[in-house]
Amino acid sequence: MEKEIKNIIEMRHIVKDFNGFKANNDINLTLRKGEILALLGENGAGKSTLMSILSGLLEPTSGEIYVRGEKVNISGPNVATSLGIGMVHQHFMLAQAFTVLENIILGHETTKGLALDFKTAREKILALSKQYGLAIDPDAKISDITVAQQQRVEILKVLYRGADILIFDEPTAVLTPQEITEFIKIMKNLVKEGKSIILITHKLKEIKESADRVTVIRAGKSIQTVSVADANDEQLAEMMVGHHVNFKLDKDPLNLGKNILEVKDLHVNEDRGTEAVKGLSFTIRGGEILGLAGIDGNGQDELVEAITGLRHVEGGQVVINGQDLTNKPVRQITEAGVGHIPADRQKYGLILQLPLSENIASQTYYKEPYSKHGIMNEQAIREHARELIKKFDVRTTSEQLPASDLSGGNQQKAIIARELDRDADLIIAFQPTRGLDVGAIEYIHSQLLKQRDAGKAVLLVSYELDEILQLSDRIVVLHDGAESGEVKPDQTSETELGLLMTGKNTKKEAAAND
Amino acid sequence: MIKVSPKAKRLLVPIVSVIAGFLVGAIIMLVWSYDPFQAYSSMFESALGSANGIGETIRNATPLIFIAIGFQISSAAGFFNIGLPGQAQAGWLTAIWIGLAFKGLPVYILLPFEIIAGSLAGALVAGIAGWLRAYFGTNEVISTIMLNYIVLYLCQYLHQDVMNKSLRVDTDTTKTVGASGSLRIPWLSEMFGGSRISGGIFLAIIALVIFWFLMKKTTVGFEIKAVGLNPFASRYAGMSDKKNIIISMLLSGAFCGLGGVVQGLGTYQNYFTQTTTLDIGWDGMSVALLGGMSAIGILLASLLFSILKIGGLGMQTAAGIPFEIVSIVIAAIIFFVAISWAVGLLFKEKKSDKTATYIATAETAGRQAANDQQKGGEA
Repeated sequence: MEKEIKNIIEMRHIVKDFNGFKANNDINLTLRKGEILALLGENGAGKSTLMSILSGLLEPTSGEIYVRGEKVNISGPNVATSLGIGMVHQHFMLAQAFTVLENIILGHETTKGLALDFKTAREKILALSKQYGLAIDPDAKISDITVAQQQRVEILKVLYRGADILIFDEPTAVLTPQEITEFIKIMKNLVKEGKSIILITHKLKEIKESADRVTVIRAGKSIQTVSVADANDEQLAEMMVGHHVNFKLDKDPLNLGKNILEVKDLHVNEDRGTEAVKGLSFTIRGGEILGLAGIDGNGQDELVEAITGLRHVEGGQVVINGQDLTNKPVRQITEAGVGHIPADRQKYGLILQLPLSENIASQTYYKEPYSKHGIMNEQAIREHARELIKKFDVRTTSEQLPASDLSGGNQQKAIIARELDRDADLIIAFQPTRGLDVGAIEYIHSQLLKQRDAGKAVLLVSYELDEILQLSDRIVVLHDGAESGEVKPDQTSETELGLLMTGKNTKKEAAAND
Repeated sequence: MIKVSPKAKRLLVPIVSVIAGFLVGAIIMLVWSYDPFQAYSSMFESALGSANGIGETIRNATPLIFIAIGFQISSAAGFFNIGLPGQAQAGWLTAIWIGLAFKGLPVYILLPFEIIAGSLAGALVAGIAGWLRAYFGTNEVISTIMLNYIVLYLCQYLHQDVMNKSLRVDTDTTKTVGASGSLRIPWLSEMFGGSRISGGIFLAIIALVIFWFLMKKTTVGFEIKAVGLNPFASRYAGMSDKKNIIISMLLSGAFCGLGGVVQGLGTYQNYFTQTTTLDIGWDGMSVALLGGMSAIGILLASLLFSILKIGGLGMQTAAGIPFEIVSIVIAAIIFFVAISWAVGLLFKEKKSDKTATYIATAETAGRQAANDQQKGGEA
């Protein structure tokens, strides 16, 4: 029976151990020839680790991999390529200044004497692009084409290297709903032409629309593999999370306080001087969570940086607790009552080389009792760190370990401990649960709700619609640096939000589409 | 690869580097048929075998300690200060000039005056580079290296054309400072066989303690370290990167200036025309690279350098090895010390989560790239 169905890939009992943390703990996965297999799991479930093993970026601690029935040892990316395995990463690895053609052949250049043989390469690329319906201009510069087109370039790159097993890592994270539809069509074309696909995702809708089977991974273990036709959303979600999924968290009734944050007609530029936030206005009152939804790169970074003083405000006002803090120094804004959980915890949130205790003190080290007359009191700093580690359940063996020794979830808990401990009136949480495991996510969500119930104003900026819908009292949708709509979470749908995120603000249109 | 604890690695790397340097030096001497045993024994004999030798070794180490401290304070803030020679030279000329011009002042006024003015001169020179970097983003490597030349020739102009003739012996040499303006201590020189050792060494030890205290115990040191390790997280935490770069450069330059002050008031007692950037600046940098961020490390490294320097003279006179070979041997030892990071590859730290870190950094980089792309798409 097993012989009948051709399994192109079999991964058996895969274990990957990072210093005692088992990112993969006995995972089994089978990919059949000519199918789309969805790999479903929450952030941190071990999907990316498993696929890194399959594409030769990581070696498993134990377990066996069979490709086309033969046992293989994928010791490096080149081995994976020679086995016909190609991965399209979530974050594209393209040289901006090069053309599509140059990017595709990069690393696999064919030469004629000393010169690059562009002609043969171009013919091959055009043939591939026609065969799989991947329309692209080979001479366009990467910097001039859209994200969706860049993704096609990545796919062509993998096909050009002869891959017939394709792995897509969260391919739709950066795409608009319309581009996602187009992308699903491309995937179907690919399997029609005999390719096999593993699709990593945590979006149930896409699985329903594209995949044949789905393997669910939770906390490093493979839970179950089911045929998509036989499963409904609730079942899949339950398998993924491990308990019955309640899409609404239990929230206390709204108890609004005074205005805490007022953003008035804000204009902010991005690094290159182009306007990124274009006249945005909103207000958050004490006791509510305002969710800011939108696709990555629509001005969220610039907005948060402008509010917290990290970026220059070109026009408009930021008023916190009635105090105009536009373009004031970061420290003054922090002291006015702002706690900021940054999106990039390793770049902004922590100084990885310094001990955890000093990281926890990094917003307060200059104040008593942590220092007096410029001389630091190490004892007080450590004691306070120990206190917060306990209170916020940061898992570490010592407060003196460098922050880099902590896992992502515990790093995030340490940042949250530091930012919430100051009793700030405004909490800005930017992608607060990115890449964290289920337990940490629930903990962080409950902490944010606690702040809301304590009468604080919370600005939640997230690219995860589920997170926004679960936590927010109001949702403002950001598109191209401006507000494209404001909705209530219990009176909206993903469709409406999706449309708003692409800048279509017509309630009627949304209703028609429903 | 040998597995050791991180602490043992910090100790082993410099020791193995030094030993490897000596071995390579020995091979070089064998190639030219000189006896390395005789050479090295005469090196240690002349550097450490007599009171005078020890005194000269300490004398040589004194300015290097200050300059190494200066280098480390700036590099802790992420600033690669290679203007050390210029900053030291400014301190040297300033201290001597004040010592000559205010000869009549009592020692307890004149000496602090010279020392403070000398360190301020160094701080001024370094501060220019810090200010340029903080407010205009000027690359500090270029600005400090150019400042070396500006100081070199500015000092020449000042001491040959501006300085009062009565303070000079001839165009190239100033008079020597009097006893009330000198760091020499008669009983100390006598104890070390009439060598040029000076009270500067006591100041250097105090400086090492200050350096340790500054970097480990004060908020100023904490901010400098934080800005150097992660400027993004420091800005996020409300620290000013501009302010910290300037403060670290002012402190760095002040210590380098003091290196020049002890060279002037301790070693030479006068100032004379310099044709190239000061050696002590470059040696001080090597000492810093070998000694690391630790005060003890800097002390030991400065002594090692001085043993090589003073002992090198002995190798020529006692072992008859030509100056060129001596220079090659010393350079080989310093070379190995300087590439100690390569020696570090020999040892693997026991508890290593390199893989995990690698994934984390790759992810961060990838995300950054994706963000840039998005922004690029909009632009």
